Amino acid sequence: MVAPLVDFPEQIVVYEQEEQHKVTYQLHVHESDIGKVIGKDGRNARALRAVLRAGADYGKRIYLDIR
Amino acid sequence: MNQLTARGKTVDDAIQSALQQLQAAKEDVEVTIIDEGSKGFLRLFGAKPAVVKVVIKTDVMKAAKAYLESVIRHLHPNVQVEITTRKKKHVMFTLSGENLGILIGKRGQTLNALEQLVEQFLHQQKAYHVTVTVDAEGYRLKRRETLEKLAVNAASKALALQKAIPLEPMPASERKIIHAALHKQQDVETDSKGKEPNRYLIIQPSQEKSWQ
Repeated sequence: MVAPLVDFPEQIVVYEQEEQHKVTYQLHVHESDIGKVIGKDGRNARALRAVLRAGADYGKRIYLDIR
Repeated sequence: MNQLTARGKTVDDAIQSALQQLQAAKEDVEVTIIDEGSKGFLRLFGAKPAVVKVVIKTDVMKAAKAYLESVIRHLHPNVQVEITTRKKKHVMFTLSGENLGILIGKRGQTLNALEQLVEQFLHQQKAYHVTVTVDAEGYRLKRRETLEKLAVNAASKALALQKAIPLEPMPASERKIIHAALHKQQDVETDSKGKEPNRYLIIQPSQEKSWQ
């Protein structure tokens, strides 16, 4: 989902940690791609979170860390 | 293979042959005529074949559609994506399938998020300033009607109470609908306040403006 949005898709690493009521995603991208993933005023990050939420199991909270 | 040079008796023949070899449709390629060819004298002497160069256009909108499909596939197994409007600076994708609620989200927030991601995708493909609309189950039209009703109601409330009425925060595309709906109504004004993503509209009775 993120790969086509950045300059260095090969440097993307995602960690997923699932707990009972939440799922945490840690998204690592190349330093110069961080801005693209977050977007102006966090727009892209918000969009990513919204899509993750739509795909999540009912009642699970979604956390997305970008670093 | 995304380009080649082909020959034929006529320009059309050469193009046809190139399209066949590339397995492409005519609207997906760019054709440069290198040599128009000639039939020669009495079709016997000096006949030259026509030569064309045919390059497959990388269609950024089709790529965007493929990207949208790849994101949606994770959310819903059975959705058709179609490009329903296509202008230079605007593209609209319409999703169809059953139970698309999950793709619409509360107040369309999943649709809005998909739009944002596709916009970023286009930006990354160097297609700048293209606005993207994603619609499903006629949601955008329904939402427009709801917002227009809300606008009219809020305007009469503002007039009745002679007070400014603030609305809920909404995205720019939805604020625009309300601004437009009340644009012709002289007795109220609309204004946006706050910072994205919590920017909201206020509707108030028109004030006499003092022109200095």
